[in-house]
Amino acid sequence: MTEAATELLTTADGRPLKEALATAQSRAKRRAFLLVLPLLVFVLLTFLVPIGYMLKRSVEHDGFSRSSPTLTQWFKENPEFDHMNPPEQAYAALVTDLAEMQATKNTGMAGTRINYTVPGSISLFKKGAREAAAMQPPFKGAMLALDPAWGAPELWYAMESASSELTTDFYKVAADRKLTETGWERGDDKQRIYLYLFFKTFVVSAIITVICLLLAFPVAHLLAILPMAKSSLLMILVLLPFWTSLLVRTTAWIALLQEQGIVNDALVGLGILADDNRLTMMYNMTGTIVAMTHVLLPFMILPLYSVMKVIPPSYARAARSLGATSWTTFRRVYLPQTLPGIAAGSLLVFILAVGYYITPALVGGADGQLISNLISFHMTKSNWSMAAALAAMLLAAILALYWIYDQLIGVDRLKLG
Amino acid sequence: MADTFKNDAFVAFEHVQKSYDGVTLVVKDLNLAIAKGEFLTMLGPSGSGKTTCLMMLAGFETATSGEIKLDGRPINQVPPHKRGIGMVFQNYALFPHMTVGENLSFPLEVRGMSKSDRETKVKHALDMVQMYSFINRRPAQLSGGQQQRIALARALVFDPSLVLMDEPLGALDKQLREHMQFEIKHLHERLGITVVYVTHDQGEALTMSDRVAVFNDGRIQQLAPPADLYERPENSFVAQFIGENNKLLGTIEGLNGDKALVRLATGELIDATAVNAKEKGGKTLVSIRPERVEFKPEMMPPGAHMIDAEVQEIIYMGDILRVVLRVAGSDGFVMKMRNTLGQTRLSQGQKIKVGWHPQDARALDPM
Repeated sequence: MTEAATELLTTADGRPLKEALATAQSRAKRRAFLLVLPLLVFVLLTFLVPIGYMLKRSVEHDGFSRSSPTLTQWFKENPEFDHMNPPEQAYAALVTDLAEMQATKNTGMAGTRINYTVPGSISLFKKGAREAAAMQPPFKGAMLALDPAWGAPELWYAMESASSELTTDFYKVAADRKLTETGWERGDDKQRIYLYLFFKTFVVSAIITVICLLLAFPVAHLLAILPMAKSSLLMILVLLPFWTSLLVRTTAWIALLQEQGIVNDALVGLGILADDNRLTMMYNMTGTIVAMTHVLLPFMILPLYSVMKVIPPSYARAARSLGATSWTTFRRVYLPQTLPGIAAGSLLVFILAVGYYITPALVGGADGQLISNLISFHMTKSNWSMAAALAAMLLAAILALYWIYDQLIGVDRLKLG
Repeated sequence: MADTFKNDAFVAFEHVQKSYDGVTLVVKDLNLAIAKGEFLTMLGPSGSGKTTCLMMLAGFETATSGEIKLDGRPINQVPPHKRGIGMVFQNYALFPHMTVGENLSFPLEVRGMSKSDRETKVKHALDMVQMYSFINRRPAQLSGGQQQRIALARALVFDPSLVLMDEPLGALDKQLREHMQFEIKHLHERLGITVVYVTHDQGEALTMSDRVAVFNDGRIQQLAPPADLYERPENSFVAQFIGENNKLLGTIEGLNGDKALVRLATGELIDATAVNAKEKGGKTLVSIRPERVEFKPEMMPPGAHMIDAEVQEIIYMGDILRVVLRVAGSDGFVMKMRNTLGQTRLSQGQKIKVGWHPQDARALDPM
């Protein structure tokens, strides 16, 4: 047998078998490739390119380096200068650049870039640029006389860092680090908004996933065991939210949960709550969790249903006939077989929840905002690089979770439908 | 006799009825007593109510009325897991996420048995079906026949005194099925357990059972040992359902004890045994097994009637010759001839006379 395997097999007309097989299959393969080509191009253009561009934006910003060539050059030549007390040449280069900016109207661009790491820099730059043309040496004294802020070490750290197009500044800010007199430092606990929001986003998403799982499991089971006519009706009810606009659904929750809303009115009407003690269920974390659970529930039900549908009822019967109580049957026989569905549904809901934007924006109020709302905030402020850095961190976190998930459960055990 | 049997019956169905929709009855007034150690088969076409009966016994369906007793104890209110009945399912129902060993260990674990006891029992049960070397495999890694053995071992591992089998061999190929039939039969004999077996395969029912209950339309049509069932069917349904059968429609001309003279539609007279055609002048369906049809006058008892037949087709089947005849105006009457050395060779179109021993022709209800 081993002899036959090592010997090169040929077809009847003497061609090597492998080659003949490849030729025979190449046409079919080419056709298959042409059929998926449109999708491949679509995915490339609408998915990979934007993500790649986003990742690029998170590490690249030329707002300062382009408008300050002289200072950029000086930083390159003097990498070891004293930030606490920059020399006269540095100020001379700065004044040259500021005068140039004023002429080409680039002050805002440079100021904004520095403003990202040292707040308040826009006005400082505008003021400096206005006076720069008329300034006489020694420039150091003149600048410091204009505004002592020009001597701040963090400003010089910021400008040095911004003089390079490629930068990790945005990631540093997104990781709640800030520039101080001695360079990048961990920020005050009170100001650490980003990491806290990341943490909060993941915790809230986990809570939503667990609630979705608890709510979806019985529904999916019911869907799987009901006779066809009834399960179709129930399936329509499950899918109904998909056919309604997200905004309408979210607004409906506002109508239900707000302080003068239906739920509170009912509770007050029933005498359970005092009128002056209405529950605050909207414009806070409760509202975000309730509305997002509702929106994401179908994503848990459907994978669970698809798995439960193919579990034959004879397994449960077999377990019962073997002497297991209904609880043992559920725990030892039914539940383990639904794991691929639980895993798929949880992953789907969790990842969707982590990146969710509209619902928390509408019903979250100040307390119920998630990281995506902050990303959106930076986008509306045209701070693309900051938004990109936060988004990239979110992406990295999700990929890390996915990896852990793969190690624990195994992606091949996923069953999405 | 039925009453004395019922008193010491191990399993008893008493006036059991079952309806799923409240409009029609799937099981109509079932009375059945199964003795300890018996191998009883419920045989019938699909929809005849046999599986429903098995499910009621297992506890997965509740009887709409009537009582089911196990070892003298009514079990209508006992949940399935407390009945202690082993069950083998049609698709085996081996838990896919557990190994063979874990599958067998499961019924012992839920009974709170210690680990060492479990291991002994599992080994014993697997040895019984010669599958011990597969203990660490998963069901998906086994062939159909191997899964079947494991399912059998799992149903037996906790020593139930009653084992139910719901078409357990349905998914196997013919050869394996026949082999497993003998294996199950031998296990039954060796362990002395009571088996209630459901199948729609009459061959399976005849080879394995002590008694067979033929189900149709929610009722037991006949409950008898296999030989009786085949040789002495009590009604047309059983005669038709079990084995190959020739049927001739006629009117009862004369009745003498259990001997009946039947006039066929074309006017010929034939001899038959009256089974459930007791009335002179009534319509009847005469049933004759193909291997009991003779065409040599010397094989006939004296005075037996013989009728004209025309050979339509002769099918050579090796051990036998199947002769298809036209008898009394109807086609497709089959006669089986043994393929022996001196056997007369018939040819197509040949006119012959056929007859049979009156005991072999049974005048039954006209259906």
